[in-house]
Amino acid sequence: MSTWKALTGAQAVAEAMRQANPDVVAAYPITPQTPIVEQFASFVANGIVDTEMIPVESEHSAMSCTVGAAAAGARAMCATASQGLALMWEVVAAVPGLRLPIVMPIVNRALSAPINIHCDHSDAMGATTIGWIQIYSENAQEAYENTLLAIRLAEHKDVLLPVMVMQDGFIISHGVENVEVFDDEAVKNFVGERKPDRYLLDVDHPYTIGPLALPDYYFEIKRQQEAAMENALKVYLEVGKELSKISGHDYPYFEEYKTEDAEAVIVILSSAAGTAKDAVDELRNEGKKVGLVKPKLFRPFPYREMRKALEKFKAIGVLDRSMAFGAYAPLYTEVRNALFESENRPKLQSYIFGLGGKDIFKSDIKKVFDELLSGNLNPEEQRYIRLRG
Amino acid sequence: MKEVYEVRMHARAGQGAKSGSQLLAEAAFKEGKWIQSFPEYGSERRGAPTVSYTRISDKRLRTHEPIVNPDAVLVFDPGLARTIDVTSGLSEESGILIVNTTDSVDEVKKQTGFNGKVYTLDATGISLDLLHIDAPNVPMLGALIKVTGIVKLESLEEVIKEHFLEKLGEEKVNKNIEGLKRAYEEVSK
Repeated sequence: MSTWKALTGAQAVAEAMRQANPDVVAAYPITPQTPIVEQFASFVANGIVDTEMIPVESEHSAMSCTVGAAAAGARAMCATASQGLALMWEVVAAVPGLRLPIVMPIVNRALSAPINIHCDHSDAMGATTIGWIQIYSENAQEAYENTLLAIRLAEHKDVLLPVMVMQDGFIISHGVENVEVFDDEAVKNFVGERKPDRYLLDVDHPYTIGPLALPDYYFEIKRQQEAAMENALKVYLEVGKELSKISGHDYPYFEEYKTEDAEAVIVILSSAAGTAKDAVDELRNEGKKVGLVKPKLFRPFPYREMRKALEKFKAIGVLDRSMAFGAYAPLYTEVRNALFESENRPKLQSYIFGLGGKDIFKSDIKKVFDELLSGNLNPEEQRYIRLRG
Repeated sequence: MKEVYEVRMHARAGQGAKSGSQLLAEAAFKEGKWIQSFPEYGSERRGAPTVSYTRISDKRLRTHEPIVNPDAVLVFDPGLARTIDVTSGLSEESGILIVNTTDSVDEVKKQTGFNGKVYTLDATGISLDLLHIDAPNVPMLGALIKVTGIVKLESLEEVIKEHFLEKLGEEKVNKNIEGLKRAYEEVSK
């Protein structure tokens, strides 16, 4: 039976980790990820899980330990945020090529400089090109469920790729909400045990991991990684269907909210999507035909499905919580890409909001919708929400 | 009661407003409500001004915006009102202001410029008397629930026991509950 608890997003992810009972967790505390590791360490200390917890001296070591454990055949997890992700980057970038199914919760936080501990998506959006699967969560409940889904997705034999599971720093990680924690046994059955085809500690079947690959085979190995990403699109849905049996929730690539007859929609990730849904409801009450699309799976990006979902609208505003400095913002770029093949491209507008934890209110979202409905749009211009003049 | 009830707590770091906002939320959670409890984080150091929020609702909460139009404001240190607009967004018609002070309601109205419903409580006095520390959070919650009825006294008692029995022991937990009840009786209009 499932249990309702009052949990922070960080605690909710720790609950998922408790139920998955990984063999190894190596992590270094960093704001605002710290409470995940703190809570999980208490599970270890109290004997609730039998995980080998390795406190390390830096994030670089944390990911190095996690890689070593995963290569040895363990289910190994890590968790980090912002500067921590930046510090472990060298090893993070190696994981997809090593084909190690590491799941790493990320508590999204702005990157220095200037130093800032609050939420934006700069940390994870900087890691979209290196082969990690990325799933974004709106609230504590989704962070919990996405973590469970990620374990099965990462370890699937057709995928074998690492996954980052995102939640918004402080807004979700430190906010207490109602969370439905599913039955321990049901979850344990769902995540099962990691059963790798090959692993370093299997001394009867030795294999090489992380060899030198010169121009002869490097390219081919990278091409296989891309094939695994393509497979991940299919496996994500399959694993999601299985999880649905426990949770009763759906796991689509993206959530469509009141889009059926919508003229203007916004595309937005994570916690701000919750605020935006309330704005959509209020505008619907005023008779305005507005809706929302919230991507969940960002890598691999479901271009075809996104095009089909979006091409019917007149105007689309894409709200990014990070910038790509000198290029279109990350989410906006993907929406543009998805719509290129469309016969009837909607009018697009890019917005940046919430960098370094700048608040976003329903009233801001309503202004965006008003602008989208007014038609005063310029797809080549980036607009800024709540930026001081 | 409103569909969504919103509380904002102004305090100094170390006075327990973050825990207070969470205890309140969890008491409501026990009563089957949808809840949110979240602090505003700055650079934390003891004595620095803090803000914590609690949302209580009959329906699922989706918004993640800060609370700008609270139904009730708790001020844990009256000195905060000198530099912070503690009643910002609080309606003079329906809003409720509760201040931890030995000053009178009229004096608080003068200090804050707020002419709505004001209540005062010597929460620090209660805490010093019972626990010998300045931890006004539990008494302030006692005052809030007396004035607003947003959660039951018993729900809060239960949550306090759950949170602190292991950490503080039975004697201190009982003192906290005594503080809660004293505040419930002593809050003045």
